[in-house]
Amino acid sequence: MDDDAEIIAEFLVESHENLDQLDRDLVELEQQPGSRELLSSVFRTIHTIKGTSGFLAFNRLEELTHAGENLLSRLRDGELQLTEGLAGVLLEMVDVVRALLGLIEQSGTDAGGEVEVDPVVARLRTALSPMVEEASRGTSADVSKPADRDGFETLAGARSSTNGAEASSTNDAVEEQTDRRSAVDSSVRVDIDLLDSLVQQVGELVLTRNQILQKSDNVEDVELLRAAQRLDLVASELQESVMKTRMQPIGQVWAKMPRIVRDLAHQLGREVDLHMEGHETELDRSLLEALRDPLTHLVRNAMDHGIERPGDRAAKGKPAKGVLSLRAFHESGQVVIEIADDGAGIDPARIGEVAVQRGLVSRDQLSRMDAREVIALIFQPGFSTADEVTNVSGRGVGMDVVRTNIERIGGTVDMSSQPGRGTTCRVRIPLTLAIIPALVVEEAGDRYAIPQANLVELVRLEGEELRRSVEVLAGAPVLRLRGHLLPLVSLAEVLGGERGDADEITVVVVASDDLRFGLCVGQVHDTQEIVVKPIGRQLKGMSTYAGATIMGDGKVSLILDIGGIAQTEAVASVVEQAVETRHTSADETALLVLEVSGGRRAALPLHEVARLEEFSAEIIERTGSTEVVQYRDGILPLVRLADAIGLPSPARPEVPLSVVVHEDGGRMVGIVIDKVLDVVETELALSDVGRRQGVLGSAVVQDRVTDLVDLDAVVRLAGAAV
Amino acid sequence: MTSLTQTRPAQLCTFWLDGLFFGVDVAHVQEVLRYQEMTTVPRAPRAVRGLINLRGQIVTAVDLRCRLGLPDRSAELWPMNVIVRSRGEVQSLLVDDIGDVMDTNDYLLEPVPPHLPGAIRDALVGVMSLPGTILLVLDPDRAVDCSTAPEPVGGTP
Repeated sequence: MDDDAEIIAEFLVESHENLDQLDRDLVELEQQPGSRELLSSVFRTIHTIKGTSGFLAFNRLEELTHAGENLLSRLRDGELQLTEGLAGVLLEMVDVVRALLGLIEQSGTDAGGEVEVDPVVARLRTALSPMVEEASRGTSADVSKPADRDGFETLAGARSSTNGAEASSTNDAVEEQTDRRSAVDSSVRVDIDLLDSLVQQVGELVLTRNQILQKSDNVEDVELLRAAQRLDLVASELQESVMKTRMQPIGQVWAKMPRIVRDLAHQLGREVDLHMEGHETELDRSLLEALRDPLTHLVRNAMDHGIERPGDRAAKGKPAKGVLSLRAFHESGQVVIEIADDGAGIDPARIGEVAVQRGLVSRDQLSRMDAREVIALIFQPGFSTADEVTNVSGRGVGMDVVRTNIERIGGTVDMSSQPGRGTTCRVRIPLTLAIIPALVVEEAGDRYAIPQANLVELVRLEGEELRRSVEVLAGAPVLRLRGHLLPLVSLAEVLGGERGDADEITVVVVASDDLRFGLCVGQVHDTQEIVVKPIGRQLKGMSTYAGATIMGDGKVSLILDIGGIAQTEAVASVVEQAVETRHTSADETALLVLEVSGGRRAALPLHEVARLEEFSAEIIERTGSTEVVQYRDGILPLVRLADAIGLPSPARPEVPLSVVVHEDGGRMVGIVIDKVLDVVETELALSDVGRRQGVLGSAVVQDRVTDLVDLDAVVRLAGAAV
Repeated sequence: MTSLTQTRPAQLCTFWLDGLFFGVDVAHVQEVLRYQEMTTVPRAPRAVRGLINLRGQIVTAVDLRCRLGLPDRSAELWPMNVIVRSRGEVQSLLVDDIGDVMDTNDYLLEPVPPHLPGAIRDALVGVMSLPGTILLVLDPDRAVDCSTAPEPVGGTP
């Protein structure tokens, strides 16, 4: 009910303004009856009121404005000339509309009360009909004139009566009036362009403030310092207030959801309970505007594809009435909107099937995707599982557009589903696009900004700790952070430079969606508010940057697009693997795939691998026939894997040795390999083919036959040698 | 020919690039500036030399020499900025030196000689034959488009 009250309040504010304009227009129109422009404006106003009143089921208001609209459209199209009589009828209509609005403001409905609508409607119609006949017949004025005069007379009589009606209704409400009107009077409508330019100017002010603050740091002048501090404070408050003027509660978009859901439920034969939470969650109005369509689309989808028909639900033992819940809340500087249903959920198998049919992925690609990736396929252009096209959904334009629209405003959308239990769609959007807090980092002498929304933590590693925590897997460095593997990406490399070998690194742990990775940067400066500015079209295609900003000293800095970097650096796949390891199903094994003996493939169970090392050939020593290296205050025996599994072992003394360190009950063995190829999760179908000493058998891993190393045997070999 | 004369700009802002004389319609030119400090954009198209802070607005600086496939300017030559408006954005064209604003009503805009290098031909509206020199008239929208910028020409390693 609150929603309705809100819509009505909005409608009233808008209509009152429109009516004032209408009065002016009509009066002006009497001066210059031929003005097509004025007529169009009047027509639009009445049309708007008609449309909204129809939507809000104010039937009398609708009937009245509808009759008025018909007359106006004739006038606008030049089929009728505006006479004094017609202008009178129209003004009278405006009066009655106003009276009806007054009634709605007091009682919430346009029914009852003492406002008489029918006489005016009748007059509007009679004013119209003879003219129409005249126009169509093209006969003399004899026919229309009496009617015209007739209309004019009755009009005069009725006019006083409606005036009376209006007067009485206003009288009734006289004491309440001030209260009721406050909604109208306490708000001012402001042109959006003006707000936008305000935001821009405040942005400039914030930048100038930053500049002044920076300069005033090295100044002795106390007065100046104090003024600078005041400026700082005022600018911050001003910025906050201006941003607030652009903030609107999400309830505005949600307000029409109950109606949409009701209509759709009816149309699709569903029974749905709609729960909404977090109306008051505010976000920038431009974002709100952009959200309107995607959210509506997601709700439609949930109704059409998610929630089942009551019969089907009963058969599954669910309550016949489905639940659709909308939730909005703030989380770490972002607005999160969840659209959840308790419907059928998404069946990854079906999605995969359809995606293959539509040629979006090959069967081969599909087989390598996990459930999450498969579900994400619904965001591909041209995807639709609807067997038949309804006017609700199923035209195959949809989710991709939803995603594009949300991404355009810097947001993300993500689906999760439990088959049979329901689907949750999570949309994340920034609060505002204009001014954001960001961490400033430096690389190769240039500063870059990382949006705070992507920031997780800062980690600094040096010396022994660095060597212990960072490992290089197949050329890709990873950081062990509190038991999890975090892919490391070097900002220098992202920017096309070289990754330097340093004895200390600074890692900015960042997240985008569910992807987390560490960005190694040269230097970390401070956090500051930055104004996001667009960059030229030549750079829009670059996924590395989200925009640019101007720093306190006036220099331009680029804003990094963490999501874009994750994609270009292919961190995505690494992370998903890392995530997967935590809940690997019993039949899947994580394997470290290696190359030995110049191009042959072998694999070790990943959990047997303690770490990966590289030793230069010079440090290899020998005890007896065994090669060893000094390692961590001990002696690490080395086994050449090629020898151990009966493959030729080409001597390459100039190349540093890649060594997989295996630890077993405190005893370490270094297994010398050519290089690490990859880490894969796979279902092992071990074949006896290739079984020999040191090899358990062969399996197809990544479409290639790979020897699975019998680690025990290899270790025994080393043990025997020691 | 008629279409050419219709689009012919009345006044041109002129400048030099590697000894060639160029002009761009003054209607597109916002201002002309000396060398400005730039922030380089790693991995951007080669012709994008950097970003300039123009009174709070961020402007992409396109090196016309690179865009048109001309040899790079020597290090001691500091480029000047011709700030143009192109499709709602403000962009900077980096040029060697600025000339005068020329009234070109007396000259005919002629088609671009077909044997000019493609990179230059692509960015021109036409040419004007002036006494003693030839003026190449640029289309600012195409001039700032770096997607077609050629790879570095020989002689500039």
